[in-house]
Amino acid sequence: MFSYCSDPSTLDTFRWFSCYLTNGVHMQFYLSFLKVLGLLAITAPVALAFGFLGAMAARARFAPLGWLGRGYIAVVRGVPDIAFFLFFVIALDQMFEWLRHKIKCPDWTEPIRRGNDFLVCPQAKLPLGTSPEWVHEAYAFFLAIITFALVFGAFAANVLFGAMRAVPRAQLETAEAYGMTRRQTFWRILVPQMWVYALPGLSNLWMVLIKATPLLFLLGIEDIVYWARELGGTKTPRFTDFPHPDWRMWYFLFLLVFYLAFTRVSEIVLDRVMRRLTHGQATMGGEAQRKAAA
Amino acid sequence: MSSCLQTIQDYGLRSIGIGERLLPRSDFTLCEHFTLIGSGMIWNIYFGVLALLTGFFLATAVALGKASRNPLLRKPSEWFIFVFRGSPLFIQFFFAYFFFLNLKSVHPFFDPFTSAWLGALIVLFLNTAAYSGEIFYGALLSVPKGDIEAADAYGLSGWARFRRIIWPTMLRLAWPAYTNEAIFLFHATTLVFFSGFPAWQQRGDALYYANYFADKTFNPFVPYPILAFYFILLTLAIVFLFGQMNRYLNRHLPQERRKRMTFRLNLLR
Repeated sequence: MFSYCSDPSTLDTFRWFSCYLTNGVHMQFYLSFLKVLGLLAITAPVALAFGFLGAMAARARFAPLGWLGRGYIAVVRGVPDIAFFLFFVIALDQMFEWLRHKIKCPDWTEPIRRGNDFLVCPQAKLPLGTSPEWVHEAYAFFLAIITFALVFGAFAANVLFGAMRAVPRAQLETAEAYGMTRRQTFWRILVPQMWVYALPGLSNLWMVLIKATPLLFLLGIEDIVYWARELGGTKTPRFTDFPHPDWRMWYFLFLLVFYLAFTRVSEIVLDRVMRRLTHGQATMGGEAQRKAAA
Repeated sequence: MSSCLQTIQDYGLRSIGIGERLLPRSDFTLCEHFTLIGSGMIWNIYFGVLALLTGFFLATAVALGKASRNPLLRKPSEWFIFVFRGSPLFIQFFFAYFFFLNLKSVHPFFDPFTSAWLGALIVLFLNTAAYSGEIFYGALLSVPKGDIEAADAYGLSGWARFRRIIWPTMLRLAWPAYTNEAIFLFHATTLVFFSGFPAWQQRGDALYYANYFADKTFNPFVPYPILAFYFILLTLAIVFLFGQMNRYLNRHLPQERRKRMTFRLNLLR
């Protein structure tokens, strides 16, 4: 990075660190923070959409759909989320490959599961054996996003389902009295009002989502945990210009501080949003705001 | 059937090092799946129960500290709760493991801290103490004023007032949320062997063995549902035990006010 970095062994402590912390691998470490933020930015809206669908299914009048929605919520809630992560990453991959196999190689006769192997025809492999490295990485990241969205979608469905039931009955009865259909009541009365009830749960969920991001490491993504382990490990002069003892503790301390700062900032922002949303609502919070202003 | 009994004998206590030394390597049967994953549950229960029991006391202390007017007690409690609730448990495990590893090179006294049975237990203990501390703190603030005034009127003060009035009411108010925390703590125990702490001689928890099978057979559809089955059983057991405790805590209330605890499992972690 800097001109004086060509021979680090001669540098004093400050300059040594300025070179060490800006070398190539550290740049990749910093980039992996973007991966985490990217995952959050994509997963949050997708999970919210999944949650909305799940909540709609759970309150559907058509019984099997209702069971499906409630089952989805109950199962994901009752089992450790990490088990779901490990499960979905393989299961989704095999599902995609199996679907492609059925479409692309209809006359393939050998069984797909042979002993301890899962074999599809070469054209159905995902990603194709010939594709470049970045496609493999992008595919792994894509699977991770769907997995996160499925698990957190169930959590969001739980929150939204509760929020939908929290909207005062009188509001819905008034809508019926005005002759609105069930669909109109849902979209015009229920959905606009439910957010204030859903927000405490959703902000909690956002915190949980932030704190689940290190699990990306288990899904085989080169995320911040991966790099902290890589970079912190003991380095001997034979392999690197920057030999150092085992510093993994300090790298993880840095990650700890990063997450603390991140959750703290989120907390402050979400508090503001809550105050905005409560404004003028017929709830205790809204009443308190009104009294404070008067 | 008899071969399954044999498997249970061989692997039923495998996770604590009793029985067959080598894990099954090929031609896995359903019985082996059930036995090994069930054997791993011993560790999940060990971590969960001990962390809950010990964490309960620290949580009470932390809640009282946070509610205290003395900043020397309040500030440390607030920071303790903030640090452990604001960062991922996964990172806490990693940090603690490498921290203990550094201590180990200072003095051999710290040797056992780098193994999961002690090191991970300490992290889980502190973590659950912080989460339950926050729950208890919230409950402490909502203890009805009238209860405390009544205690004063009866001449109770200090320790007696806390022990006989404030503390039971706090527990009663916190209990549904605390049940939820307990469930999540048991779920969190599955992280231990994926976060630095080595599974010595392949003695791991339920998820460790489920992952072992999934890696070997490349078929996630058998081991993970079995794991889910065990955890749903465990969750039901927790709900039952905590429900009994809830009934005990509310035994003085009139029948119709003694609402059955509803488990609208909230998200707390």
